[in-house]
Amino acid sequence: MTDKENDMSTVVALKPGMPLGEAKPAPVAVAKIAVAPAAEKVGAGETAAPHSEALRDFLRAAIPPLFGFGLLLGIWALVAMKNASIPGPMQTWDAAAKLFADPFYRNGPNDQGIGWNVLASLQRVAIGFGVAAAIGIPMGFLLGRFTFMNRMLDPIISLLRPVSPLAWLPIGLLVFQKADPAATWTIFICSIWPMILNTAEGVRRVPQDYLNVARVLGLPETKIITRILFPAVLPYMLTGIRLSIGTAWLVIVAAEMLTGGVGIGFWVWDEWNNLKVEHIVIAIFVIGIVGLALEQMLLLLARRFSYETR
Amino acid sequence: MNALVKIEKVGQTFNTKSGRFTALRDIDLQIKQGEVVSLIGHSGCGKSTLLNLIAGLALPTIGVLLCEDREIPGPGPERAVVFQNHSLLPWMSCFENVMLGVEQVFGRKEGKPKLKARVEAALAMVHMEHAMHKYPHEISGGMKQRVGIARAFAMEPKILLMDEPFGALDALTRAALQDEMNGVMAKTGATVVLVTHDVDEAVLLSDRIVMMTNGPAATIGEILEVKLPRPRDRLELAHDPAFAGYRAAVFEFLYRKQLKKAA
Repeated sequence: MTDKENDMSTVVALKPGMPLGEAKPAPVAVAKIAVAPAAEKVGAGETAAPHSEALRDFLRAAIPPLFGFGLLLGIWALVAMKNASIPGPMQTWDAAAKLFADPFYRNGPNDQGIGWNVLASLQRVAIGFGVAAAIGIPMGFLLGRFTFMNRMLDPIISLLRPVSPLAWLPIGLLVFQKADPAATWTIFICSIWPMILNTAEGVRRVPQDYLNVARVLGLPETKIITRILFPAVLPYMLTGIRLSIGTAWLVIVAAEMLTGGVGIGFWVWDEWNNLKVEHIVIAIFVIGIVGLALEQMLLLLARRFSYETR
Repeated sequence: MNALVKIEKVGQTFNTKSGRFTALRDIDLQIKQGEVVSLIGHSGCGKSTLLNLIAGLALPTIGVLLCEDREIPGPGPERAVVFQNHSLLPWMSCFENVMLGVEQVFGRKEGKPKLKARVEAALAMVHMEHAMHKYPHEISGGMKQRVGIARAFAMEPKILLMDEPFGALDALTRAALQDEMNGVMAKTGATVVLVTHDVDEAVLLSDRIVMMTNGPAATIGEILEVKLPRPRDRLELAHDPAFAGYRAAVFEFLYRKQLKKAA
């Protein structure tokens, strides 16, 4: 991560109107900033030749994270040595090599490669999330544009938002009569709140100047929406999308543990039943990497659509 | 000449948390075709409120505002506004920003090439043709304001309303833009209402200077007619005793008769 990104996620996290529980990325970013100056001092002493400027920058960026991962591996190895039931890094590495040699095998519905499991989870997230976006973003526009709608729906949203999406799982099972759409349903529930709230906040924060411009130019409502509101709200919308995809990826693991079938969450639970602890550790890394990839993808998208305000 | 805008017995009251607040009272003013009128006064004297009333962005509590003898019902492109902070839309290039208004006003009658020519002419008038396809964040504050002026002019408004258009700029850029405005006004014969707190700017640009008393319940204190010949040259005027006289008259009003105690 560059410093700019860190700044960005910090700013995003501090945006008012954002649900508190979803502000998790901020401490991570702050911690990384705090580490950086220490690394700089180390780097400055080591290399002084001018042509190695690029190398020095690279080392400055690469050394602290490597150090962090080294520390993690060290602690992990130490814990594994003390406790025989926890697999060590090497043991896990061997298991991972075997597992990723064939990630897309199929031996019946309950024994499939890790690739299929990840894809199944991603599919659920995509559907639940897509439906949430299709409903949540227009709703956010309505809430932001019309005070009446906001006053009408805000208490309901405030009441439902703190509820764990897993509490909605039985309702989903009841309505859909099947495990798979019920898991998707929980994703829908957890994704929709940040999308509604951030979009509404974005609409509310469209500068009055822009709306005055629209009024003076005499723009019709359709043009106000497409040429002024939508571009002005887009960065907020993308923040909402980023927050909800993060939560969705957190929730899908838990939901699949409960519903079973195919999916990375179910796979974790299955491997626990098989007592293949090294596979659980691998799953933790896989979940982390996929989550990180999703977040980075959306950050990239957000940067593509961000404009300089001044 | 007949008055383009008539303001009759206009007052504006706002409902605030601490009760009703009267911003303006008893405003009577007529603005003639082709005239440049400045509104000047200390901050909080309601000069921007008056401009917003003419723009139609706000409606008066009492009294009536007429444009070509019809009541002003709300904002519209025939009363174009140049906003203090340029208010260009950051996701559109300069060309697109100007086009947004042009399309709205002339889009039904004219084809694409004609509209494009209008936008280009407007940008050329403020010497911004070289930065036509740049985005607002890529150009300086003065250049943004030039584009803001081009956007307003391109709609061929009956009257141009400027709300402290050069207030956010440094002194040199401001002078350059004032000269630019003098040129544009001479070329187009535009009717302009200019809100300002800069005495030199008011004297340099205006045919009449409307001096407003302090708020709350501000109203028109004095009206000064500026009979300097046009075109006006900044350097020549600097040594012109008539210019100095007008300047002194405005200062006299602002700093002797309407000195703000709290400020």
